[in-house]
Amino acid sequence: MIGWRWAAARLGGTVLTLFGVTAVVFIVLRLIPGDAITAALGIESGALTPAQRAALEYQYGTDRPWIVQFADWLGQLLRGDLGLSLTSGKSVGGLIAAALPVTVELAVLAAAMGTVTGVALGVLAGSGPGRARDSVTQGVTLVGLAVPEFVLGTTVVVLLAEAFGYFPDTGTFVPLTESLAGNLSQLMYPALVLAVGFAANVVRATRSEFVEIAEADFVRTARGKGLPAARVRLAHILRNAWVPIVTLTGIQFGYLLGGTVIVEHVFALPGMGRLLYTAISDRDYPVVQGAVLVIAALFVLINLATDLVYRALDPRTRAS
Amino acid sequence: MTAGTAAAAPRADHLVARIWRDGNGRIGLVVTGLLVLAAVLGVLGVLPHDPLAQAPADRLQGPSAAHWLGTDQFGRDVAARTASGIGTSLRVAVLSVAIACVAGSLLGVLAGFFRGWADQVIGRVIDVLFAFPALLLALAVVSALGSGWQNAAVAIAVVYTPIFARVARGPTLSVARSEYVKAAQVLGLPVRRILFRHVLPNVAAPILVQVTLALSWAILTESALSFLGLGTQPPQPSLGLMVSEARDIAALAWWVLAIPALAIVIAVIGLNLLGDGLRGAADPRSRTGGDR
Repeated sequence: MIGWRWAAARLGGTVLTLFGVTAVVFIVLRLIPGDAITAALGIESGALTPAQRAALEYQYGTDRPWIVQFADWLGQLLRGDLGLSLTSGKSVGGLIAAALPVTVELAVLAAAMGTVTGVALGVLAGSGPGRARDSVTQGVTLVGLAVPEFVLGTTVVVLLAEAFGYFPDTGTFVPLTESLAGNLSQLMYPALVLAVGFAANVVRATRSEFVEIAEADFVRTARGKGLPAARVRLAHILRNAWVPIVTLTGIQFGYLLGGTVIVEHVFALPGMGRLLYTAISDRDYPVVQGAVLVIAALFVLINLATDLVYRALDPRTRAS
Repeated sequence: MTAGTAAAAPRADHLVARIWRDGNGRIGLVVTGLLVLAAVLGVLGVLPHDPLAQAPADRLQGPSAAHWLGTDQFGRDVAARTASGIGTSLRVAVLSVAIACVAGSLLGVLAGFFRGWADQVIGRVIDVLFAFPALLLALAVVSALGSGWQNAAVAIAVVYTPIFARVARGPTLSVARSEYVKAAQVLGLPVRRILFRHVLPNVAAPILVQVTLALSWAILTESALSFLGLGTQPPQPSLGLMVSEARDIAALAWWVLAIPALAIVIAVIGLNLLGDGLRGAADPRSRTGGDR
């Protein structure tokens, strides 16, 4: 009962947050950049007579109070209408529908690689705190957290060109539906770049959980019973450490969506990040708005899902 | 006033000494000192080479006695450009973190001290800003304001303000309920005096730790925005821009990519270690190297 009430409250909060997100996007991208007319016409807008400008303002609806504009825009959003791109004239919804699968696939690949590597290294470091393998892992983690994606990505691109004569921005993108091998060969390296920072965070969380749980009484009992060390680590410690690790993975997955902007730019992948980057460069505000809104909404929903999963996995959180 | 300054000075000495005793903190202090030195040398223009001076005859030279860290595709000195780029990054980082720290701490202290509707409103706004991945919010602000280092600084400040607000609010809640604040209220001291003399000094430690972490994130973000062409504009040297420009020539001249890349990584590690050391020094009970 209490679980359901909590979930309903959390869901209500999410709806409120999503509304706030649209308000922020509206304020930042609609009110600050001046009007749609300047955005659409560029420098030519300076040559408009006052009468022409008034007519255009009427046509775009920018002569109405901003609260009316906001309500109008929200209404369009709720009908799934994100407007038209200023540069290509295509529907923003269609552009996003084409780009989103690439980004989601990239993020899933990166999260999978990062989680597996991160948990393995975290267990390695956490099972011998203070030993050489712990110090080495911690050092590697520190560097992994500090190397930005654009530095790592650029380095990988340079090395790929040197070693295999492979240039990501020549050639066309192969979708997953066309060829699995061709698609993976294009997404593997960018996913690897994204996975490094992800893994570093998972290592830190796994290690600290592992060290903490290893001091618990039930672990001492298990050791005292004479169970093999590997069995204690996997069946007793890791089994109790995995809930926070899952939570961290969920939160990190949301942050991957931000990181894809850089990596898709470096590796020339036609995902959300590149769509957003191109739109920012072209001052194509409807596309910027749509892309920012969709990524932020995804981020909010992933955090909600993480929260729900966490509650479902860990009975202790339900009691309080 | 005299009592305040007299008490504050030895405390600051203590803090630095305590960070110095911590192994990681010491590395952080040294690295940060070197960064500031490089930035000051770059800004003052007392380097042996002009970071903007082109010399086509000397292009893509490896490290040598004349050019310690080599030259780039325009024959510009990489060492001078890196030092100057560190200066650019630090300038943006310090400016943005200063704005975020003042605005965020103020909002957080107000929310935590007055509770009620102020807390509700500020809390809601913070929640909404946290609903954006950090880099995405920075990109949205930059796309609205246009490129350039000043706008990059504003964008980073917008992202970090809610973080400072959250960091300041928590401790303020408990300080506001403490006996000494109640005593000050009973004495009838003005609210401003209570906030600045009684509350703020007692919530300063976590804010200070956040400042070093924010600085490292700001350097990362400034370079990422410049890498995308949305931050510092050429020919002004910036670490992110240098990495971006190096992409097509790094196969011929590794130093053009490696030097600015290393500078970013070292700066971020140094500030993070300083933050860890500061956390340990400001609160002896906390263990260093815990959460992010």
